[in-house]
Amino acid sequence: MTTETQAGASRAPATDGALLRLRGISKRFGAVQALSAVDLEVHAGEVVALVGDNGAGKSTLIKAVAGVGPADEGEIHLDGRAVRINNPHDSAQLGIACVYQDLALCDNLDVVDNLFLGREQTRGPVRGVPVDEITMEQRARELLDSLAVRTLRSVRAEVGTLSGGQRQTVAIARAMLGEPRIVILDEPTAALGVAQTAQVLSLVGRLRERGLGVILVSHNLADVFTVADRIAVLRLGRNGGEFPAESRHQQAVVSAITGAPEDGGPTPNDEEAIE
Amino acid sequence: MSATAPGAPAPDPTDAVPGGPGAGLAAERVSLRDAARRLAEGDLGSLRVVLVLVVIWTIFTIANDRFLTAVNLTNLALQIAAVGTISVGVVLVLLLGEIDLSVGAVSGLAAAVTATLSVKSGWGAWPAILAGLAVGAAIGLLQGTLATRLGIPSFVVTLAGLLGWQGALLAVLGSEGTVNISDPGITKLAGTFFSDVVGWLVAAVCIAAIALSTLGRRRRRLAAGLEVEPVAAVALRVGAAAAGILAAVAIVNADRGLPLALVILVGLVVLVQGLITRTTYGKHVFAVGGNAEAARRAGINVARVRTIVFVLTSTLAAFGGILAASRLLAVNQSSGSGDLLLLAIAGPVIAGVSLFGGRGSVWGALLGALVIGSISNGMDLLALESSVKFMVTGGVLLAAVALDAIGRQRRQAHGRL
Repeated sequence: MTTETQAGASRAPATDGALLRLRGISKRFGAVQALSAVDLEVHAGEVVALVGDNGAGKSTLIKAVAGVGPADEGEIHLDGRAVRINNPHDSAQLGIACVYQDLALCDNLDVVDNLFLGREQTRGPVRGVPVDEITMEQRARELLDSLAVRTLRSVRAEVGTLSGGQRQTVAIARAMLGEPRIVILDEPTAALGVAQTAQVLSLVGRLRERGLGVILVSHNLADVFTVADRIAVLRLGRNGGEFPAESRHQQAVVSAITGAPEDGGPTPNDEEAIE
Repeated sequence: MSATAPGAPAPDPTDAVPGGPGAGLAAERVSLRDAARRLAEGDLGSLRVVLVLVVIWTIFTIANDRFLTAVNLTNLALQIAAVGTISVGVVLVLLLGEIDLSVGAVSGLAAAVTATLSVKSGWGAWPAILAGLAVGAAIGLLQGTLATRLGIPSFVVTLAGLLGWQGALLAVLGSEGTVNISDPGITKLAGTFFSDVVGWLVAAVCIAAIALSTLGRRRRRLAAGLEVEPVAAVALRVGAAAAGILAAVAIVNADRGLPLALVILVGLVVLVQGLITRTTYGKHVFAVGGNAEAARRAGINVARVRTIVFVLTSTLAAFGGILAASRLLAVNQSSGSGDLLLLAIAGPVIAGVSLFGGRGSVWGALLGALVIGSISNGMDLLALESSVKFMVTGGVLLAAVALDAIGRQRRQAHGRL
């Protein structure tokens, strides 16, 4: 038994404590080797930031875990058990939820419909008929309340009418609905303002409090150091080092990302993190 | 509509504090614009087409005093039954953001199959009709599979269908080119009129069903602690529906009585509207039409959703063709050709079903068919030439599509794709 006692994470203990373990993940697109033998571990109640420059393979790696673009090689272990993830359905079955940068929301549907898309609640004997709007709306309310989301005026608002931060919130809440054990967030704060970024980061903190394993993909080192516990760097499709998310490692993280020696000058991207 | 949910712990103003001044301002602006937007394009979308209908009816009533008579309005109902039925299916493909150009040809072919089996092979009415519907379903399955599995644009697949099934129609009809239908089982589809009593009974049942389901849903929402519409709004909506139903039955009863064809059309509209709003499958249709990639990532089998829509559309087109044949008492080489296809697509578009997918209601099929049918019927009464008819109908369609495009642009300008 592991000592992670967070609710929801205790149902199948891992022998070595890692909730999700990736070993030797490789992926090739034609002539391009996008990932070569990448390793990554996520524990319950931990936020692991996955950082790296453009083209470092962050998106490819999370797509492999999410089943959108399965890996060519490598092993994925969940609770110490080897699992296969060939499509998004496999991933969802295993309790892995992914929030993509483009959010994948239907703008023509309201918040409730988006939250329950693909897992609509129904009542009555026939499968799929009729949709139970009332239960869905109640559960949507409860879910958003439990995540302390107070920015939405109405759960029946069309998602296309919402702001960027609200849309991000809906997308994360949607991922939570399947009661996942691992949540992957792809650039959740990209294109958000300061206040909205703070809201989303505090939401990420609440996911950790619930005992979820969180993989946070981000370009923004300020965000990463604010919310993450551990930082895994990808560089040119390979592991580029792992660091505890303490501010004294900032320079090391920047170096690992850029591949420059530690005394190298800061790149424009990192100025805010270095302050 | 009230924007603030009861029970929400922190409404907008307090939320603006952590959100900063910018967030508060944006929220306020949205709620103001929201009201204006709803008026222009949202909830009042179907009210807009009703207004168009009122204008058209007013013009024709002034131009010809025979337009607004029970006889003519009953004729109008019979005229739109076939095209309206085809439009019900067209709404489904439009919701996907796809198109089906073969509905006219499929309606002709299915009617020819039904008629030929009935007349030449001596099949009973129901087996013959079911065979016609099966032909439609099979065509839909073929076209849907080609469009989704091979990724051929539905425009091209169904354009090929438009030509191919017209050829099949000619082949089925053979050298004579016409099959006259005599089986009363088929002709009574369009030729049955219910007695006054039955008409009023149907009206009473419909109104009771609307009132009970509306009140029932409201009570369940109240019990669940969810926000509900004000009583006045509910009363207004149910009252308007009841008035409409009573007026319609009063009109048809003043002539031959409630036509079975109208009951079939309205029944299909209610059924398919229920399918797309009350079932998981219907939610998926809207999702695929709004953002197919999002639907795919949500684990929805997008290809299956699309293929089923094509099957339903072709089957409904087949049924529309059989209704048309029942009214005409024959199937000939021009069945399902001419402007039928374009009118079946134009109707829902005029009534606000978006060509870009994801927005619309099956009621658009009925309302759109009413608009187009009224224009055609009215101009026939005025003995206008076909040239004028086509141009006016084209103008109305263009205006409707322009409204759709403007609505979409406005949504984009507001950051809502």
